[in-house]
Amino acid sequence: MESNQANPSILCSPEGSQRTLYPYVTGTSVVALKYKDGILMAADMGGSYGSTLRYKSVERMKPIGKHSLLGASGEISDFQELLKYLDELVLYDNMWDDGNSLGPKEIHNYLTRVMYNRRNKFNPLWNSLVLGGVKNGEKYLGMVSMIGVNFEDNHVATGFGNHLARPILRDEWREDLSFEEGVKLLEKCMRVLLYRDRSAVNKLQIAKITGEGITISQPYSLKTFWGFSAFQNPTAGAEGSW
Amino acid sequence: MTKQHANWSPYDNNGGSVVAIAGADYCVIAADTRMSTGYSILTRGYSKISKLADKAFMASSGFQADVKALQKHLTAKHLIYQHQHNKQMSCPAMAQLLSNTLYYKRFFPYYAFNVLGGLDTEGKGCVFTYDAVGSYERVGYSAQGSGSTLIMPFLDNQLKSPSPLLLPAVDAVTPLSEGEAIDLVKTVFASATERDIYTGDRLEIYVLNAHGTHHEYMELRKD
Amino acid sequence: MFRNQYDTDVTTWSPAGRLFQVEYAMEAVKQGSAAIGLRSKTHVVLACVNKANSELSSHQKKIFKVDDHIGVAIAGLTADGRVLSRYMRSECINYNYTYESPLPVGRLVVQLADKAQVCTQRSWKRPYGVGLLVGGLDESGAHLYYNCPSGNYFEYQAFAIGSRSQAAKTYLERRFQSFTDSTREDLIKDALIATRETLQGEKLRSSICTVAVMGVGEAFHILDQDNVQKLIDAFEIVGQDEAPAAEPDAAVPAEQGAPAEGGAGAGADAGAAPEVDVAPMDI
Repeated sequence: MESNQANPSILCSPEGSQRTLYPYVTGTSVVALKYKDGILMAADMGGSYGSTLRYKSVERMKPIGKHSLLGASGEISDFQELLKYLDELVLYDNMWDDGNSLGPKEIHNYLTRVMYNRRNKFNPLWNSLVLGGVKNGEKYLGMVSMIGVNFEDNHVATGFGNHLARPILRDEWREDLSFEEGVKLLEKCMRVLLYRDRSAVNKLQIAKITGEGITISQPYSLKTFWGFSAFQNPTAGAEGSW
Repeated sequence: MTKQHANWSPYDNNGGSVVAIAGADYCVIAADTRMSTGYSILTRGYSKISKLADKAFMASSGFQADVKALQKHLTAKHLIYQHQHNKQMSCPAMAQLLSNTLYYKRFFPYYAFNVLGGLDTEGKGCVFTYDAVGSYERVGYSAQGSGSTLIMPFLDNQLKSPSPLLLPAVDAVTPLSEGEAIDLVKTVFASATERDIYTGDRLEIYVLNAHGTHHEYMELRKD
Repeated sequence: MFRNQYDTDVTTWSPAGRLFQVEYAMEAVKQGSAAIGLRSKTHVVLACVNKANSELSSHQKKIFKVDDHIGVAIAGLTADGRVLSRYMRSECINYNYTYESPLPVGRLVVQLADKAQVCTQRSWKRPYGVGLLVGGLDESGAHLYYNCPSGNYFEYQAFAIGSRSQAAKTYLERRFQSFTDSTREDLIKDALIATRETLQGEKLRSSICTVAVMGVGEAFHILDQDNVQKLIDAFEIVGQDEAPAAEPDAAVPAEQGAPAEGGAGAGADAGAAPEVDVAPMDI
């Protein structure tokens, strides 16, 4: 077994180190839920450089093999690096060509080990990951955090989504949600996030995974309504502010 | 660019309370199923109890990723033990293994607070309670985790276990019947849920006795 | 006197394109007591003959659990078999740790074969002197593989290795077409009969054989001796009385017909025909 002794000095001396101590370009929330036939997942396409909206067409949901779909928030470069590892993993899995394949449960567990091992080396991948999938008629939806915290649930959301989207999901989610209802529910969540999360952008994708396969939608926008009086005159009722 | 973010930490506290009570011929192991981070709930249905052997169950709170790693490590060790010895590990043996495993990471600890409950080789209930770095003790009952400060004094009061300072030593197992112990566990969790925000949602209970293992749930407050 | 110039180390080729040391290792497999495996769509049964080396000793374990879904039966050097089983166990545990799912049988078998292959290409190593029948289940169904010291591996419906395994193979060859749809009980029965075939007239008793089963919803386990004896009695598998005229001893070196013929044309030149009843290498 490798040594797990921490070296506290690496925590305080970032000079010359090759570790992610803070993220550069980040994506915001991912929201996902189980529905009647599989999993639906939504994420917007913004890539923020601090508070600057630096990229506007970042794909944050990707298929992993035939049975899994991965969504990520957090450091975009770490996510794209992770995709390279996963593509290699899935390629080697396919090369066996023996009728066995890694399902969403296996990929989720693998990701958990990767994230946890990196945190043990004080060199985390700066992401929150959402993994959804269907294999042999079995739906799977789980999450992994930057430091390896992981769980499964009927609906999950990263970042702001955990604060703003999950209360809605807890209220309205059902096991037998149809595709249309599922998309409508996700759009409701994404609209709230768009209004309230400053780094969210109005350009998003919705991905679907079922026993039939994976489809990721073209980017599109949500209809918004900014005509509320509080939006028209935000300083009313806040005397003395700007 | 100056750092404007909080320093990264390899640890988190995902909360939760765990309790175990040993009787003369049974053991009750219980934990809530809430998992939190900060003021947010991550999920309401995460089991903190892991079956390590037929007669050894571990309930753990603390940092979920560490807890999971610890559970997987012990499960793997137990598999090897079974291959080598052709039997299940006893609860006291598992207790020592858990202690060694925790101490092995003394200088980068598993942030895990465990109680191990089960039956010993005589079929008597046993509970072992730990700190994060492996010091442990066999007791008659114990509570760990975010609600332990609320639960432990209540158990002390209700169970009136003989003092460990008594000489000659008096057996620590509780005088309660199995049914009474289960009721007590339900009460302490319902109470802890009232004041501890990290405890709630659902209570998972395992009962071990000569007949085998029994598993049940009780709903808790979800706020 | 004849002396082979090309067999002093593993890595030396003979002009005929053979590696004698590897072939000798495969001879060791033939000298071990027999091991048998067969599978249906849903179950795999492994069986073996247990021979004590002396009146004073007990026999050695020849069937090992690797994981809930994989088991092996070995013939040849038991010590090598144990080392390889331990390797397989640890591979299963590691895979399970990473993916929380069972390691596919075929993949473990390839890893095992690659490990054996290395020993045929390093001057300071020795090939493993053991043949392994690896049985298991995964999402592609039930599997039975034979791994041999040369690093070759083959998948089978049913197979037998070890001393006098030809008799068992003859029996299995006659019957294998029905195995796919066999019930668990029929599979065990066929395993016991095939085991008896290798005994050459000696009475089949639970004390000289081991049977293990794994299947869909049934984790690998070795049947206990009482149950095996009950099955033997129930199936009325007794001595030679109704033995289906299998050709005697002479069958042993005539193994070539089967596709198991490893490495190069497995040599029948390894001195005299192997001792039939004792297993001198099986210590």
